[in-house]
Amino acid sequence: MKKKLGFYPGCSLEGTAKEYSESVVSLSEQFDIELKQIPDWNCCGATAAHNLNKTLSLVLPSRILAQAQKNEMKEIVVPCAACYNRLSVTQYELLKNDQLKATVEQAIDMPLNTSIRILNVIQFIQEYILPEIPEKLSHTFDKKVACYYGCLLVRPHNILKFDRPESPQFMDEIMQMLGAETIDWPFKTECCGAGLSVSRTELVGKLSGKIVREALDRKAEAIIVACPMCHANLDMRRPAIDQYLEMKTEIPVLYITQAIGMACGLNERQTGTRRHLVKVIGNYFTKTRIPVENNENNPITVEEII
Amino acid sequence: MARIGVFICHCGENIGATVDCFSVAAEAAKLPGVVYSVDYKYMCSDPGQSKIKDAIHEHKLTGVVVSACSPRMHEPTFRKACAEAGLNPYRCEMANIREHCSWVHEKGEATTKKAFDLVRTLVEKVKNNHSLEPIKVPVNKTAIVIGGGVAGIQASLDIANGGHKVILVEREPSIGGHMSQLSETFPTLDCSQCILTPRMVEIAQHPNITLYTYSELESMDGFIGNFNVRIRRKAKSIDEKLCTGCGLCCTKCPTKKIPSEFEQGLANRTAIYVPFPQAVPNKPVIDRTNCRYFQTGKCKVCQKFCPTGAIRFEQEDEIIEVKAGAIVLATGFEVKDAGFFPEYGYGKYKDVITGLQFERLASASGPTQGEIRRPSDGKIPEKVVFIACAGSRDPAKGISYCSKICCMYTAKHAMLYKHKVHEGTPYVFYMDIRAAGKNYDEFTRRAIEEDGAKYIRGRVSNLYEKDRKLIVRGADTLLGGKPVEIEADMVVLATAAVSCKDSESLAQKLHVSYDSYHFFAEAHPKLKPVETNTAGIFLAGACQAPKDIPESVAAASGAAAKVIGLFSNNELTREPVVAKINQTPPPVFSTCMGCELCMQICPYQAIDKEEIKNRNGEVIKTIAKINPGLCQGCGTCVAFCKSKSIDLEGYSNKQIYAEVMAVIND
Repeated sequence: MKKKLGFYPGCSLEGTAKEYSESVVSLSEQFDIELKQIPDWNCCGATAAHNLNKTLSLVLPSRILAQAQKNEMKEIVVPCAACYNRLSVTQYELLKNDQLKATVEQAIDMPLNTSIRILNVIQFIQEYILPEIPEKLSHTFDKKVACYYGCLLVRPHNILKFDRPESPQFMDEIMQMLGAETIDWPFKTECCGAGLSVSRTELVGKLSGKIVREALDRKAEAIIVACPMCHANLDMRRPAIDQYLEMKTEIPVLYITQAIGMACGLNERQTGTRRHLVKVIGNYFTKTRIPVENNENNPITVEEII
Repeated sequence: MARIGVFICHCGENIGATVDCFSVAAEAAKLPGVVYSVDYKYMCSDPGQSKIKDAIHEHKLTGVVVSACSPRMHEPTFRKACAEAGLNPYRCEMANIREHCSWVHEKGEATTKKAFDLVRTLVEKVKNNHSLEPIKVPVNKTAIVIGGGVAGIQASLDIANGGHKVILVEREPSIGGHMSQLSETFPTLDCSQCILTPRMVEIAQHPNITLYTYSELESMDGFIGNFNVRIRRKAKSIDEKLCTGCGLCCTKCPTKKIPSEFEQGLANRTAIYVPFPQAVPNKPVIDRTNCRYFQTGKCKVCQKFCPTGAIRFEQEDEIIEVKAGAIVLATGFEVKDAGFFPEYGYGKYKDVITGLQFERLASASGPTQGEIRRPSDGKIPEKVVFIACAGSRDPAKGISYCSKICCMYTAKHAMLYKHKVHEGTPYVFYMDIRAAGKNYDEFTRRAIEEDGAKYIRGRVSNLYEKDRKLIVRGADTLLGGKPVEIEADMVVLATAAVSCKDSESLAQKLHVSYDSYHFFAEAHPKLKPVETNTAGIFLAGACQAPKDIPESVAAASGAAAKVIGLFSNNELTREPVVAKINQTPPPVFSTCMGCELCMQICPYQAIDKEEIKNRNGEVIKTIAKINPGLCQGCGTCVAFCKSKSIDLEGYSNKQIYAEVMAVIND
């Protein structure tokens, strides 16, 4: 039976991170999971709202949660790390303050219970994808990779309670399951420059540049991320990075869903890698896996994905 | 018929300015049972006390109410005055009209009314008071000191020099504790071993001290003056009488790669070992978990080589029972272990070490003979970063307190490093420099100004290894949070000082309370700093909270003084405020039905069973029996007793109800 989960894409996945959305959706289809978008969803308020107006920063995510609740969704998948962070913080704040909850409910004119489970993309993979990976894996991810978590996925730890805040491990574990070698590096949660991407591009070039250089120094061949902001800075701002590093770097930046998709034999269109600015060569990363015997219905060959 | 005297004190203006003492005295005189009532400026003064004494004689008083300050302040004064006049001191009560009335209310009628009400309730109570006698318990003049670090050593020597027997129990094979591991001590930079080892020898040679090393406290019962303690003497696997400490066994032992606890893992030891060359007693023990013979059944090399035949593989743990009048707890502290600082890479990078490891590196008797060489490759480090508050003062990590010793030892480390590696640069990341103490601030200033330690106010966010260097990244908050990055060769963490792992179970064995960090709790933070809430058990050193050497020694001497004071009497006198089972003779008529509920809830294990026998020696009834030596008068059993068969002397149900009724029947 098809599993059904709520899905909150947020603005990035409709725009700059369209390939992230494509890979999440294709991967879900591959694993027989139906992601149902929360109807009439709105902006989560990320970065702008919580700097300006605390109530507004809680009202916006609350409306999303209330919409999900209205549509009887028990779990929602939130691939964008910033959205995940804002939704989780809102839930945490409202859970401990009834008065605040009442104010918010009045503002959105909807009742709100705070029991919806918010899954980031890693949690979604751990719970719904990993158990079936041994069956669905057609290729091994055959390269050395640097897993880069960024700040929003694991912090603040007392609210998110997800992975180790200083040296997170979960993405590394997933990549190892695909057959990749993950490097042990100190820049897993280093600042990429985030929203300064637009206003101070050269600074982002420096901050993200340090991350890219460290990954290259440790012989990584791809950087794996789970946040559209991180991806934008490491991929889209590569000219600024290269300018800072004074060299031409070619290390691609993959969403973790794209990496899994590649190992499961999804094509470029499905994983969305063709949209990247730093070019991803189709079959460079994966090697055909000796097919599992009882998997005859779904044979995938190398030729298909090229 | 009761004949009560009431004495209202003005306490200068403290009470007199707010409460109309004269009218309170006049009103009190009208109360039934009151035969004499007077007010006076200072009741605690000599003429004031004389007023009470004279009134007792003149009016044949059977009870006295002094309404003045808190009984914590002057109850002993007034009770003594009553006793001198021939009235049983426990027939004197105090109504607190200062802290409970004049100090907390405005002047006015209502305040005076409240003062009178307080007097009135106490008058009703005193009518029900009866004569009590202080409890006498004998004192066994032997002290047990648990823990042989500097605090335990000091306490033992002080008590022993005072002429009393001491049993010193140490868990490790040698006494000496953390101090024996230190290189040099702040703020004088005198060698730790040079000042400690003579005292360790003194312990071994003192005629009044019995030393049990490699031993632990098994269990304890009894009460102040009369503790029964069982000590487990772990099998050392040698005959101490035959062993001469020649050390041949240690050189011949084939298992040589065990990380030495004394060297903090920076060097190895053998399975049969003496922790360090200056150990007291200087005789080896076999570490059975690592010994080849105990693990595989084959070896016995040490036995073959021992010239006196002192090896005893078949030896077993021995449990000895000793009696003592007092116990001093001096179990010390531990440093927070690895894994607590993933961001600082402790345990991951070899050159990230703790302060205690640095002490061993700097120690002349350490693994490098006092040369500062980093553990990974033995290179002399050119830049060393010291991180203060690694774990301490960090509520997010669960340790909110200041470990107190780190600021000073970090300054000392920076200084020692600079003295040994002249061209090296020490960096210190700190939150605050807490250098309160005699010559302490001068010492840290010396480290900065004369020895050139570079102090950076800010936290280190993380560090990582790159090209055999440790890249330390932090912020300089005095420069407005400017990021700082230092390529260091070695990093030293001033890890938090925490309580010993088994301190909680030890506290439970001894019925001593402890705080949320499992440090033992003192009876009063200011006025009873070395006492615990269990009479006869005292605290010394860092088992109570992080303490440096001077403080530990001072606390140890304080605890020793308390023990010697306790031992200066053959008998102990205690306040008779203890619980008592209703036992109107003959005892078979006691209302106690022997349900044993009180035994279970008594926090001091003061209640036992008592069998009542008939003339033929047959048990006809079992009732509860309270040991007045143990009872602390908390009254918990009174509240729990189903048949109301227990009363607290001096605070009986009858007395309390009389007070309550007086309040109600205004």
